[in-house]
Amino acid sequence: MTESGRSSDASPSPPAEAPVREGVAGSGRRRQLSPEQAARMEEKIRRVELAISLVLRVGVLSSVAVIAVGLGLMFAHHSAYLPIRGHFSYRELTSTTTRFPHSFASLGRSIARGEGQGIVLLGVLILILTPVLRVAVGVISFLYEEDLPMAAVTLYVFVVLVGSFFLARA
Amino acid sequence: MTPLDFVVSLALISVAAGVLGSLIGLGGGVVIVPVLTLVYHVDIRLAIGASIVSVIATSSGAAAAYVRERMTNLRAGMFLEIATTTGALSGAYLTTVLPTRLLFVLFGIVLAYSAFATFRRRHVAAPLTVSDDRLANYFDLHGSYYDPAEGREIAYKVVGTTPGLGLMYVAGLVSALLGIGSGALKVPAMDSAMHLPMKVSSATSNFMIGVTAAASAGVYFVRGQIDPVIAAPVAAGVLLGATVGARVLGRITSKTVRLVFVVVLVVISLEMLQKGLLP
Repeated sequence: MTESGRSSDASPSPPAEAPVREGVAGSGRRRQLSPEQAARMEEKIRRVELAISLVLRVGVLSSVAVIAVGLGLMFAHHSAYLPIRGHFSYRELTSTTTRFPHSFASLGRSIARGEGQGIVLLGVLILILTPVLRVAVGVISFLYEEDLPMAAVTLYVFVVLVGSFFLARA
Repeated sequence: MTPLDFVVSLALISVAAGVLGSLIGLGGGVVIVPVLTLVYHVDIRLAIGASIVSVIATSSGAAAAYVRERMTNLRAGMFLEIATTTGALSGAYLTTVLPTRLLFVLFGIVLAYSAFATFRRRHVAAPLTVSDDRLANYFDLHGSYYDPAEGREIAYKVVGTTPGLGLMYVAGLVSALLGIGSGALKVPAMDSAMHLPMKVSSATSNFMIGVTAAASAGVYFVRGQIDPVIAAPVAAGVLLGATVGARVLGRITSKTVRLVFVVVLVVISLEMLQKGLLP
């Protein structure tokens, strides 16, 4: 629904800024662009922007939903977390000796047991992977829009990013 | 304090961190780390893990809105990520080689200088209209955005891609070495060196910091620095705050954004100098 609303917002703007655009095209771009070409280019970038915005929104919303469920389960499983004047302090959950999953194997086991901790961390992992996915979608969108220099740039970023994840495990 | 109080109060503080972080393109770590260590007396290692989560949350939460509203310069952001990710990767190799304290001092001085440079540019609002920068022209990094505060479309040109790339490399390097948000260098690199409009610099920095942070987040998870009871309220609160902050940025003037940025930069710079100089 936002997309259709947005595109109707955007369509009157190219004629309005046409003089500015000509100035842009005149100052040593790769090649001179006619106003139609410039408008088409604008359109292409717009599609990439909408795709990336959508990925970010889906990633953010699903991670918040998973984190909320996990947080609810943490409190439901451990009734000691809840009392306002309980003897149980948050310090016991945030000290260096606190135990929580920190490998993919232990995380998997924790989720399988339905522990709130594991589900929260799953949500955090979705959040961490969102920017990576955003870069991957950038590669695909730039390829699809036949913008090869930008596709190459994004691909390089993606390779370095994935490489850093493997370095982290080593 | 019971765990429930902890989660609720930390979530509220995180909302504020998200608003501030998304406005000036720094991520929420600036607020989260001192609050966790000084107010809640949480171990610094866990605080840094939470900070990484908050940076990614600010970035993704705000960028979803900024990119849709065309406040982010997507092409410039992705182009500059070449340098930040390469910097982050080389930083991971150099951790054991470089003296951390010296780095804190150097970084403190660099930030103090960029605060000064940003302050001097506080009245500059007019964007560039010509550019002879070959890289910027080849990759077509120029752009335009709609500024709700001024009520008009603003077209701008990008220059200085070479110093821009250099600063971005350092930003990635430093964030991997010192575990601090790299937005503090990214915004001045785009605002002062590359002459992007301040709001675009902030929105584009926001877009980029998520990728830089994601590159090191895997390490923090495996090292056991991401504690679920801290990460949950931080992620949820910061995401909410960043969504709100993204609505605010358009409506305030570039000068206000710069001044808020300068204040935060001075605070971080002093913090860095203190870490490097005091025993």
